[in-house]
Order: sequence, then structure tokens, then C-alpha cells
Amino acid sequence: MSLDPTEPNPEQPLDVQKRGTLRLRAGQAIDLQRVREQLQQGGPPLWRSLEEVADTAEFRNYLHREFPANASDWLDPVGRRGFLKLMSASMALAGATACTVQPQELIVPYVRQPENEIPGKPLFFATAMTLGGVATGLLVESHEGRPTKIEGNPDHPASRGATDLFAQGSVLTLYDPDRSKTVLHLGEIRPWSAALAAVRGGLSAQAATRGAGLRLLTETVASPSLAAQIQQLLAQQPNAKWIQWEPVNRDNARAGARTAFGQYLEPHYDLTQADVIVSLDADFLSSEGAHNLHYMRQFASRRRVEDNADNLNRLYVVESNHTVTGGRADNRLALKSSQIEAFARAVAAQSGVAGIIGTAPAGSDAFVDAIAQDLAAHRGRAVVMVGDSQPAAVHLIAHAINAAIGAPVTYLPTPELVPGEQTAALRELVADIRAGQVQMLVILGESNPVFSAPADLQFGKAIQSVSLRVHSGMFFDETAQQCHWHVPAAHYLEAWSDARTIDGTVSIVQPLIQPLYGSKSVHEVMATLSERPERSGYDTVREYWFAWAALNRTTGSTGSTGSTSAPASAAAAEFEQRWRKWLHDGFIAGTAAMPTAAALAPDVATRITAGAAIDGLEVNFRRDPTVYDGRFANNGWLQELPKPMTKLTWDNAALMAPATADANGLHNGDIIAITHDGRTINVPAWVVPGHAKDAITLTVGYGRPLAGDLGSGTGFNTYALRGSSAMFFGGATIVRTGDAYDLVGTQDHWAIEDKNTGIVRAATLEEFKQNPAFVKQMEHLKLDKRISLYADKEYRGQQWGMAIDLNTCTGCTACVIACVAENNIPVVGKAQVKRNREMHWLRIDRYFAGSPDTPDTYVQPMPCQQCENAPCEVVCPVSATVHSAEGLNDMVYNRCVGTRYCSNNCPWKVRRFNFLLYQDWNTPQFKLQRNPDVTVRSRGIMEKCTYCVQRINAARIQAKREDRAIRDGEILTACQAVCPTDAIVFGDINDPNSRVARLKGSPRNYATLEDLNTRPRTTYLAAVKNPNPALPHNPMVGTPHASTDHGAGH
Amino acid sequence: MALQETPVILPGHDFETVTETIAEIPLSRRFPLGWIGIILVALAGAGLLQMALGYLVLKGIGLWGNNAPVGWAFDIINFVWWIGIGHAGTLISAILLLFKQQWRMSISRFAEAMTIFAVICAAIFPIFHTGRPWLAAYWLFPYPNTMGLWPQFKSPLIWDVFAVSTYATVSVVFWYVGLIPDFATMRDRAVSRVKAIVFGTLSLGWRGSARHWHRYEVATLILAGLSTPLVLSVHTVVSFDFAVSVIPGWHATIFPPYFVAGAIYSGFAMVLSLAIPVRRFYGMESLITMRHIDNMAKIMLATGLMVGYGYAMEAFFAWYSASPHERFMMWNRMFGPYAWSYWALISINVVMIQLLWFKRVRTNTTLLFVMSLFVNVGMWLERFVIIVTSLNRDFVPSSWGMYYPTRWDFMTFFGTIGLFLTLFLLFLRFVPMISIFEVKTLLPQAKVKAEH
Repeated sequence: MSLDPTEPNPEQPLDVQKRGTLRLRAGQAIDLQRVREQLQQGGPPLWRSLEEVADTAEFRNYLHREFPANASDWLDPVGRRGFLKLMSASMALAGATACTVQPQELIVPYVRQPENEIPGKPLFFATAMTLGGVATGLLVESHEGRPTKIEGNPDHPASRGATDLFAQGSVLTLYDPDRSKTVLHLGEIRPWSAALAAVRGGLSAQAATRGAGLRLLTETVASPSLAAQIQQLLAQQPNAKWIQWEPVNRDNARAGARTAFGQYLEPHYDLTQADVIVSLDADFLSSEGAHNLHYMRQFASRRRVEDNADNLNRLYVVESNHTVTGGRADNRLALKSSQIEAFARAVAAQSGVAGIIGTAPAGSDAFVDAIAQDLAAHRGRAVVMVGDSQPAAVHLIAHAINAAIGAPVTYLPTPELVPGEQTAALRELVADIRAGQVQMLVILGESNPVFSAPADLQFGKAIQSVSLRVHSGMFFDETAQQCHWHVPAAHYLEAWSDARTIDGTVSIVQPLIQPLYGSKSVHEVMATLSERPERSGYDTVREYWFAWAALNRTTGSTGSTGSTSAPASAAAAEFEQRWRKWLHDGFIAGTAAMPTAAALAPDVATRITAGAAIDGLEVNFRRDPTVYDGRFANNGWLQELPKPMTKLTWDNAALMAPATADANGLHNGDIIAITHDGRTINVPAWVVPGHAKDAITLTVGYGRPLAGDLGSGTGFNTYALRGSSAMFFGGATIVRTGDAYDLVGTQDHWAIEDKNTGIVRAATLEEFKQNPAFVKQMEHLKLDKRISLYADKEYRGQQWGMAIDLNTCTGCTACVIACVAENNIPVVGKAQVKRNREMHWLRIDRYFAGSPDTPDTYVQPMPCQQCENAPCEVVCPVSATVHSAEGLNDMVYNRCVGTRYCSNNCPWKVRRFNFLLYQDWNTPQFKLQRNPDVTVRSRGIMEKCTYCVQRINAARIQAKREDRAIRDGEILTACQAVCPTDAIVFGDINDPNSRVARLKGSPRNYATLEDLNTRPRTTYLAAVKNPNPALPHNPMVGTPHASTDHGAGH
Repeated sequence: MALQETPVILPGHDFETVTETIAEIPLSRRFPLGWIGIILVALAGAGLLQMALGYLVLKGIGLWGNNAPVGWAFDIINFVWWIGIGHAGTLISAILLLFKQQWRMSISRFAEAMTIFAVICAAIFPIFHTGRPWLAAYWLFPYPNTMGLWPQFKSPLIWDVFAVSTYATVSVVFWYVGLIPDFATMRDRAVSRVKAIVFGTLSLGWRGSARHWHRYEVATLILAGLSTPLVLSVHTVVSFDFAVSVIPGWHATIFPPYFVAGAIYSGFAMVLSLAIPVRRFYGMESLITMRHIDNMAKIMLATGLMVGYGYAMEAFFAWYSASPHERFMMWNRMFGPYAWSYWALISINVVMIQLLWFKRVRTNTTLLFVMSLFVNVGMWLERFVIIVTSLNRDFVPSSWGMYYPTRWDFMTFFGTIGLFLTLFLLFLRFVPMISIFEVKTLLPQAKVKAEH
């Protein structure tokens, strides 16, 4: 492209020959005349192809369509994947494989020392991942220097070994072949020194005005050393401004706390102490972020009823979308988001909060009364939680209620170092740019503002007037495309950093691998703006903590300032020791924040600004359960992970209640035009039982044009509808367009009563107390004796089994992606999912019971049942699936010829067949990611859950070497290890003292489809719900009265 | 009944005319235009099959519509359908021989040929439907190997291997043995040297001596004795593929007799579909008479009624078992997403077949031809109903899923029909389609000699 090397000039005619990298169908004529006209009229300033400039219908169709035209006809995803293989292989062959060595700086393994590194034996390193301004402590499995699997750090005080699904998926992003690999200037490859010179040049131009024209736009910063770097910059350039922006931000929660307490605080609920939890649109049980991991664990601790049935808490959920949390509710009320404030007011009024009055929204009086009475009855043992999408007013009301009822909540400083209200800051930035005050804009991180900023700000258009735009991110994304300079950013597994988690505990982020593509960490990019532009990230982080350590001599005393008079060498040696311990532990002990003695403003009631009621339809914007804010759009694992409630994959949709769909004559997949605040987008509808009526939920992050080969063009861009005045909900109208779109889910909307065979069983607390063995009565066929053609097998040593507690499982799907990561499970693509060929070994079954408007939701993780009398084993003609000496159904991949008879004969349908060559055998990056302990399966063979047999074998070898038995709890399957609620327990059922054996002895324990006499080793603990008797609730599924209706044949 | 008085072959034939009528076709130099036209279509179908299978081996089973709940679909439907069709030939040549049903003589040759070609078409599927056919082709056989591994004899698929391979072997031998005397006739009448050599080789030195005839009779009886249990056992074993499983709709004790009846039913439908046009095209109305047509229609009616009984029993057991799985399976068949296939099946195999009670229908060859085609479709649908609607919704509702065939499924299916027709047309052209020497025994002249 013959653009001026420093200034992009959209007016200048372009050398059209050199561009056009987008793959379009060959032979499409491009109207060059039209291209020139478009450019004359100020077409896109940077563009990828002639088609884009010409803005042809074909191009729009290309962007819109799921799959490029030719590919979709015969073997669509394979064709696309084949292309991806070739492209990425050719691009990555040179660099990718060569530089995969351990970082040069000393890093310390968590459990085993580096000198113990034995080829074939993984090492585990502690590190942390930051998302949305909060860190999660991790242990990362490394095989010969390749990080392969993310585990939670069990010693980390906040997450205690759990991880969310984004952390699980993040390792695939590290190896994403579409990551940006080189420094680019206007699309041309440049050396790092050129970028450095450009930034230094821009900075020196700002010297005169002391940075008045400099703006720094980052993600929410949870890294103390990065914050220090930024503060240093702001000290040197006092007129410069720093803006933090995340599209799914916590502005409302922050604003609520500021108004209530006069400062930004993070409420920290102690759910272990809460008998009653009221969630106002707070989706705290979905596996998203460190907060939720913490709360899920606490919540689960109060759902275990083995020792004490009264331990059971009660969860009320009032929400518009039907979330994972709503699915776990004992009593759930679907309300439009805009009505939740009125609801909260009514609860507050009844709970004795002075000065707040309000009437409950129509039809919710009983619910308000019930909650208010429960709160009153459990003073000091009840909390009200509010979701980030609710306006500040609701947060204020909740703070007031919590204060009035003495809720077990403490207030901590926020995990982000400089809290603020991000939307307002971004709006101010755009205003500054429009006013011509900004000459240099540095955008760091993955928040991708050009794509994700509120549509009314027209961010991408506005920044065109900034004369130097620098972007650093992992991908050449929509924002990178609109910047002059792009610097590839390092993945967190490639770079040194640090981060704070929810309670302020700091983790040092240590890399496990050298940058695959010579990317720069955010510290290194920030350093270019400092006095020492080439300082390494390691030096930045270490020097920061060296200085911190000098002030905090004794580990554990954050506040005390120690003596700094010790000799420098001794100080260095002492620091080295502490540094090693921090790296080894994965966190700096004692850095947790102290609760603030926050006083609620006495006049809090008067500070609440009432939100406007929305009469008609309301549209909600939420982060996506699997692609977050769009940053994971090119992550195949996360794209294919079924969204917990809708089970959709590869797309987002306009979620709505059955009643809303009926009223508008809509079916799943009908495209509707949603108009909000003068903007309109087209999105397909998807009916979600239990969704609030007259409300639509859109998740953000889809529809990205530049996500990468997998993610580009999936779903629908809902940011285009979202405005800065209504970031989470606002009024809208919809029109049916008459078009339809293929939305693909892994599971349909089956209601469990349709076919109640006791697969899911539940009872209320009352029923459970009266009849603890209620599950036994739900067998519709009683087997008097274990009859089988074949003799019973004897197990002298271990025999494995699993128990899954349906009372603590929230259906968050973290286990599914953990299984994918551990077991090299391939991504098959949307077209194959549509043909029911997803390869997940473990799935979460989701059922609804009751009416579509107020359904109960049941979730059930479904791995292989590892039957003792396995129906799959006897039908295999070549003995490719056989019983092991420890009771497992082993799958012998090499022996399998692929008759699929075993899959047909599996009542649970947990077997997965490689219908095509789903594994990507060629992309070198993906080879690095794979778990070497698990066979990479080829086409034409069957596979299934193995209970992570590779982990069993590793533990057995270890135990044999140490001449001891395998300890209970020594083997954690991948799903068990990741589970934030500890719902999955695996172990030796021959050992009566093992945890799993004791759980299987629980009266709630049952096997699914017991009447088939397959004797599954995976059993379930029935759910016990605790609905408020004062409120109507659906009958529990599988209850005796329900099963007699169905099971009786006489 | 009046038709029983109809002779098996029409009057006016003597030894010479029978030989002439039948032997003229393979010996003539003429390739009738109609034959050329049809074989071109059939060859196109066979080519389609070759392409579909070639691409299948290259790309994988994912070309087809099979998926996670519905692991078997067109592949096994077609397999069972073809194997079932083959049964009529064996029944005619073996059981009817033992029962001394003389009318079988005119149709046994090409019914047996049909059996062999149907088994060839059927045998394609168990091999090619596997994920790794290059291994399945021999791992399913018990062969000594250094790994010390045998097939798993508990699996019905292994039983299938033995059942089908035995069936194929016995059928080919039986057919060939029956052809030897006729090959000798062809050798003797051949005018071209090539034909004389080919038929001479095939006739294994047959000279028609009394000793030859004696050994021939003994061999035929032994082979008939061997084949007779196969008529019952092969489809019984095929039905075990389903009956041995735990899937509602498959796991049924009624399957073996129900499958055998269905096989004979579909087999006779196929014989009719072939015989009616062939006898007209080659002017064989005097040898394949209305008596044959009528008898075959009656067998179709009888076996069709048995199959209908099977359907009724399936529904009854589903209700009587009180098993919610079984009941749901039946409900799903009748009212689920594939209900069309169930009701189409019932309308053909239960309702339409009742027309065969009427003599006027049984003697109307055009109507009978159309009906026999419908029965072929109906029996294909029966296997579709059994396989697809049982699998698509079984025990765990979360795993329910729909099956939709792809163009490759259809290409493979129609390809096997093309292959079958190709082989059958080649047979019609180059092999005496009716047993010359057997038909001669039906002539009055033969009777005179016998009394002599």
C-alpha cells in the first residue's frame, strides 16, 4: 500500500494491487470504479480488501455468513480448518517451534524442582491470570517447557484450586496461530526499534505540553507494578490522562459503593455465614472470574446436607435473563432488569431500611413479602447481592439492606488499583479527541475499544483524528487495524507481571515459556514511555517488588515499614529468598487487604436516583458466558463450549421468554431487528424458558470481523446497539425480519417430565427430612438381584468410581472445558455440532421442569458412567473397549475399527466418534499445546471419558516408587480439579474410608438408569432444594408422586 | 382354486422350444437396445457407488449423516435391506426344492442370482461403514496373529461376519452347481469359439451321463439341506445386532422370526419386481406363468401378514412391558419427528398388502409390479424405523438428536442399486436366466419318460 509511511491518508488513491488478503470466492468481479469512488468519499481509512472498500453485497454477505461460500457446501469446517492448517503452518513453521525454551530468568516450579525435570514428567508452576481487573491464582502444567494445562492453585487464598472456564481456555489462546506475530506499521512489518522510535518521537513531541496530548487507554489494571509504571508516566507528563476501559465493566457497583460509602469499595460477602441469599441479577454461580469462584465455593459449602440437613441455605434469585445462578435458585423470580430497582426498594421498605419506600412490581408482592420475612428471620445470617449490570441505585439499596439486617459482608479496597467509572472516562476521552486535544493515543490490552466501545461514541471514527495511535494486543484486532502501530502483546504465560485478586492478595505472574512470536509484555510497552524504554518486564516487576520488600521486611506484615539500613547484599539475598517463595507459592502471603471500616452514609436513602421505568420491551447487554467480551472469539474451545443455559455454540442470540416469542410470532432462529436508542441490529431469536417477559438479553463479543480464522464472522455484533447511556439495559423495539439463521446448540429444550425415568432426582428439604432415602423410591423398576450372564468380577486392589453432587453442581461447564484441555479433545466447528458430532467427553445436561414461564432447572454433568456391566464392551467386535482390572471401561484406540456399535448401545450416549479428521495434525502451535500423556485420536475411531486414566497411572507409578498405596484424593480427574464447588469426587470405592465411598453411602446417592443393570460407577447425589414454603414452586422431579404417574403400567 | 389348475408352464413347449427360448439369449450376438439403455443407467449407478465409497475412504464416515445418537443409519439400513432381499432366492432354491414345489423351477435360477448380487451389495456396508475399513476388512475375522488377539465372540457383529460369509459361500456354490448342466448345454450350442471355450470351462466337463446326473442330484440335495437353515439363521443373526443391545426398540425377543418373515417378504417383492419386467421383455410369459406370479404374491401376502403381526406385537409389548423407555419408544415412533416413516411403513406393509387377498390383484402384473416396488420401499422404511427412530431418542433426553441423511448417503444407496442392476443385467445377458434342464422336467414329454 502506498500510504505515507507516517500519516495515513484516506484521501490518497491507493495502489490497489498490493492489498486484498481476504479470502473471497475467486472470480468475483470488483468494480474498481466503485472502489475509487468510495475512497474519494472517505471510505474506510484502513481496509483489507477491495471488496471491503467497494462495500459490495458479496462482501457484506461474506462478513455476515458463518462460513465462506464454497467451503460450506461439502465439508465445511474441514475445508476451513484445512485452510487454517496450511496458512498457519506456513506462517508459523519458521518461528514457532524454534523458540519454545524455558525463559532465561529463573522461575521456580511449584511442587518439583527444575533439577528434577524428567522428560515425560510434567512440572507445575504457579502463576496468575488477570481478567476484568481481577487475578485468579493458577498452577500451570508444563511438559518439557510447554504449558499444556491450567489448574487452579490450591493454596491460593481466594480461589483454592478452582479456575474459571476462561482460565482453562486461555492456554489455547497462547498457541492460537492467528495471534499477531510481528510489529506492524500500517500493515507492514517493522522492527521493534522502529516502533520504539515512533513512540519516543511521539513522546518527545508531547514534552512541551507536559503530555497534554497524550492519552493512555488500558484494560482495568490489577497489576501493582504496571500501575506504578503508569503513575510514573503521569508524574512525568502531568497533563496526560490514563483511561481504563472494559466493555463489561463494574461501573455500577463502583458508583454504588462510592455513593454509599464515599469511596470505591468491594463488598465481600461471607456466604458460609448466610442462611438466606438474595441475588438481584447477580450471576455469582457462573464460572466467570475470581469473584465467582470464591462465592461458588462458599455457596457449595452450604448446600451439603450429608451431616446436617439444616446446613442448607436458601437462594432467591431475581433476574431478567435465566442465568446459571437462577437455575440454582430455590425460589426464582423473572423480572425485567428495569423493574429490579422497584423490587429492591420494596424489599428494603419491608426490611426496615429507613427512608426507602416503594411498591413491588406487579405480581411480585408475594415474593417481596417472602424475602423480607426471610431476611428478618435471619438477621445477621442473610445477604443481598447485586449484579454488576444493575444500576448504582440498586447497589445502594442493597448496601442499605445489608447494613440494616447486619449481613455478613465486609468492605475491601477494590482489586483494581485505581478504581473508577470507566464509561464516563471513555466518553471524556472521546470528547477530548473530538476537541482536537489528543495527538498521541496508546491503547494497551485486549479490551478492543474500536469494537467494544459504546456505539454512540463512534470511537473508531473519532480516533482517526489522533495523529499517532499505538496499539499493543495479542491479536491484530479491530482496534489494531485503526492504529498506526501495532505491537504484538505477550500472553500471560509468556511474560512477567503481577496482579491482585479479589481480596487484594498479590500473585507474581511468572511466564512458562518464552514469547512464541517475540511479543512484548505490557510492562515492556509501558517502558517505552519511560526513562528506561528498553527495560525488560522481568526487571520492572522485580524492581517494583524489591522496593516493596524493602518497605515490608517481614512476610505477612503489609502495613509495617521495616528498617532499610541492612547492607545491600544481605537485602538482595533476603529478597531473593522471598521472591523464590512468592513464585513457588503463587502469591505473596499477607498482601490481602484489611476490611475497611466503611460507614454507610446516613442519608443513603436520599442519594438514590431512581431509574426510569421501561414500559415496553427492554434490551439487556451481558457479557457472553464463553467468549467474555469478545476477546476469546478466536478460541475454539470456548466457542464450542455450550453456553451453560442455552447450550448454544459458536453464536450469540437474542434471548427471550417463550411468552415474548409467542407475542411476536417468533421461533428459534428467526432474525429480528432490534432498535434501541436509534440504532438497529439484526439478531436471531432464541427462546429461553424462565426468561423475563418483555425483555431481551444480548450477549456481547460476537460478530467480530477481525477475530481470526475461527472467530471472525461468528455471531452478531451487539456492541453496535449498545450506547453509553444504557450500558446494561434500555428500552427497545423489535421487528421480525422474516429471515432465519441457523443457531446450533448441543441440546434441545427437553423438559424432564416428558420422560421421567429418574435420571435427575430432587426433593425439597422438607421431603428430604421426612424421607432421607427418597431416591430409592424413585426407581421405576426394582431389581431384586443382580442378574447377569457373566460372572461378577472381583476387585482386590482399587476400583474406581465417581460421585457427582447435583446439589452443589451449578452447571457452570468449567469441567467440560477442563476435560477438553486435559484430553486433547478436538474442536469440530459449528457445522459438525449441528450434526450432533461435538466431541466433548463430558457434557452438562440441562433440563427444565414446570411451566416454560417459571421453570425449575436441573443440571447434570454426564461423563462416561464406567458401567460394571458395560453394554458397550460386549458389542465391540474387535475388543477395542474392554474392562480394566480396576473397573474402568478402557478404550483401546489402536484396536478400534469404528463400527459405532458401542455408541449405539450406550444408554447415556457419552461415546464420541471421530466422524472426520477432527484433530488438527499440522498446525505446529497446537502440537505444542497437547497433553503428551493422552493419545491424539485420528479419524474413524471412538473415544470417551477415561476417568483421566493418565492421571491414575501417573499416581500409581508415583505410589509404587514410594512403595505405598495410592492415597485418597491423590488423583484428581481434570473435571474434579477444576470444579469450583467440589461437586465431583473421584476415588477408590473399594476403600470404605475414601471420600467417594462415603458419598456413595449417602442416602441421596443413586445411579441413573439403574433398571438396565449396567451398574454405573458414576453415581449422583440427588438435589435437595430449599424453596420457601410460602411461595409456589414446581414439584420436584423424580419425586415419588411424579414417578408413579409414569412408571405404573397397570 | 382355479389357478392351481393352471400349468406351471404354458402348453406348446417341447424340449427344443424350451432350450431355444432360454439359451438363445446368452448365445445371440445381439445386444437389445433396451438392455443397453438400462445397463448404461445401472453402470452410472455403479460408478456413483465407486465414487461415493472412494471419497468415503478418503474423508471418513462424516460424509454421511450419522451422528452421536444415531450411529447407524443408511449404512445398516441398506445392509439389512439387501440381506433380506437375498432371502427369497435361497428360500426358492432350497426350501421349495425340499418341499418338491415344481413351480419354483422357472424362477429359481434368477432368484438365486438375485440373492448373490444382493449379498454382494449388502457386504459393502459392514466393511465400509466402519471408521477404518482397511482394518475392519480383516480384524473382524479370526486369523492367527502374533498379538494373540481374536475377535470378540460376544459381539453380534462377529456373528454377522460368520453368518453372512457362510451365506454368501453356500449361495454361490449352490447357484454354480445348478448352472453346470445348463453351461454344458450352452457349450454344445455355442456358435462362437470364445463362447464354446468359456461355457466349456464353466461346465466342468459335464457330459450328461447318468452318473453325472446322479451326483448332481445328491449335491443339490446336500446344498439344499445346507441352505435351508441359512434361510432362517442369517436374518436371525442379523436381527441379533439389534436384539442383543439394550436400546428400546432394538432389545426385543420377537426380532428373529420377525426379521426372517420380513426378509422373505422383501425378497419375494424383489423377485416380482425383477420377474415381471423380465418375462415381458424376453417373452418368457410361457415359462414364467401367471401361476408363478400368483404363488409369489401369495407368499408375499403370508409373510407380509407375519410382518404386520410383528408390528402389532412391538406395540403391544411396549405397552405391556410397563417400561417407560419402551412406551416412549413406541410413542416416538408413532408421533415423534419420524412419525411419517412409521405410518408410511404401516400403510404399505399392513394396509396395502391386503389387496393381495384379491385374485384380480394377484393376476394384474402391472399392479403387482407397482406394489412390489412399494413393498421394497416399505421394507427399507421398516429398517429405517427400527434403526433411526430407536436411536434418535433413547434413554437420556439431553442426548436426543435428529438424523438427516446427506447426498453421500443417497449416492451410496442408489449406487448399490446400480451395482445390483448391473450385475443382474450381465447375468440376464450371459447366463441362462431360467434353468433349462429343470424346466424340461416339467414338460409332459418328461412325464411320459418318467412313467416309462
